[in-house]
Amino acid sequence: MKPNHPALLAPVQLARSLFARDRQADRVVPPSGFTAQLTLFTAGAMAFLAVFALALSLASGRLADRWASALAGTATIRISAPPEQLDTQVAAVVALLATTPGVASSRVLDTAEQRALLEPWFGPDLPVDALPLPRLIELTEASPGYDGQGLRLRLAAEAPGAVLDDHTRWRRPMAQAAERLRLLGALSLILIAGSTAAMITLAANAALSANLPVIRVLRLVGAKDAYIVRAFVRRFTLRALTGAAIGTLIAMIGVALLPQADDAGAFLTGLGFQGFGWLLPLLLPPLTAMVAFAATRYAAFRTLKGLT
Amino acid sequence: MIAFENLGFNYGGGELLSDVTLRLAPGSFHFLTGPSGAGKSTFLKLAYAELRPTAGRVSIFDRDARMMTRDDVALCRRRIGVVHQDCQFLDHLPVATNVTLPLTVANRKGNPQDLTALLDWVGLGKLADALPPQLSGGERQRAALARAIIMSPDVILADEPTGNLDWDMSLRLLTLLVELSRMGKTILVATHDMNLIRQAKSQLAARVLRIQNRRVQLAGADL
Repeated sequence: MKPNHPALLAPVQLARSLFARDRQADRVVPPSGFTAQLTLFTAGAMAFLAVFALALSLASGRLADRWASALAGTATIRISAPPEQLDTQVAAVVALLATTPGVASSRVLDTAEQRALLEPWFGPDLPVDALPLPRLIELTEASPGYDGQGLRLRLAAEAPGAVLDDHTRWRRPMAQAAERLRLLGALSLILIAGSTAAMITLAANAALSANLPVIRVLRLVGAKDAYIVRAFVRRFTLRALTGAAIGTLIAMIGVALLPQADDAGAFLTGLGFQGFGWLLPLLLPPLTAMVAFAATRYAAFRTLKGLT
Repeated sequence: MIAFENLGFNYGGGELLSDVTLRLAPGSFHFLTGPSGAGKSTFLKLAYAELRPTAGRVSIFDRDARMMTRDDVALCRRRIGVVHQDCQFLDHLPVATNVTLPLTVANRKGNPQDLTALLDWVGLGKLADALPPQLSGGERQRAALARAIIMSPDVILADEPTGNLDWDMSLRLLTLLVELSRMGKTILVATHDMNLIRQAKSQLAARVLRIQNRRVQLAGADL
């Protein structure tokens, strides 16, 4: 592998190229307004989008984890039976659960808890005692878990009014959706990085083409390729870094100004970063600079190979 | 310094140079003549590895040009000063910065007094801060010559350096080249200006080469 291959670039080399005092190398390339603005804008816009993709990915991940952890390991048994048989069947189910392998514990929900569950739909004054509501038993799964099919068969035999709801029915699609959102967010980040590299490569190619006479003069007077490349790479990397820093800052302010989850309680309001998550967007400007560094270096060396 | 052994070159549309064997000895002064399109510029480009021969070999400072890496070529060019008829500069930088460009790319610091003396020597002392587009044709040629010699190269190659100049300015440039030759530099000047060649031969022992029928020959006394 050649020493100038982008895969071999180390962060130290990037930093050295960026911050080494090389004003002369900088000056040999004439200032080019269009490509400068294009790179700045592209890096800024891409960083802005990347912050939101990152926020989406992190929020989806949190949601998936929350749903999975909150619902995993628990199940509910609902017992609907004539009033005179209800207590008998509840007792039978509790006894059955106590001897079921894989069930850590079980607990009959009392009237107050059932009222709390129904309150969001029917209000606080619901006469729970007067309604023929089913009784609910919450069970906690041990590790390894119970055999769901076997438990259903035993319930059918011991308490015909008991139905096992292990939440899988509705939990799995929701957790899967959240997980896919997380993946889509991560994929968006990769696409944004790729688009940034492509745009900066195009801008670098445009700048290199516009400056071919300059490059020829430099080669004529004995400039090595590395010297010429450094002049372009440094300029594009710094522009990308600046643009990405601006885009990231604006996007972070935008995310910070989103309504809080407490106010609306919806998924979209939970898009903001949490805790150390606020530090992650700060990685975007240096990452963009690294992408610009590799893209410009690749474009510059490729252009120079065509010249003598 | 630079040697051509059985050199051949073609652009793909027929052979331009064929079976050229020549050695530019240290301190020598050569003129290269021939009709337009005969291959004078190509010959010079082969001498500083801008082009690679399609047959034979070119040795630059005892190294085969075909074996040189791009960095090797760059290092070689620091020992070869090149002046073109349509000399190019970095138009956004002043003359002084353009002249010191070979030092800059070689990461060498120049002495400001030496630069002033050099610019005075080529008659551009008062134009150090001017931009290249502000220079006349003759001033550009002299600036190119100053840039070509600031690294004190061993070899100076000039391609029609007086092509855009009037006679007085041509003589002035020739005087500079003659002085450089007396300093021990190896010089090769491609030109079709016979008067310039005669003028030079009156001042120093210059050999005249002529490209004819794709070959480089030593010109006779018919000049």
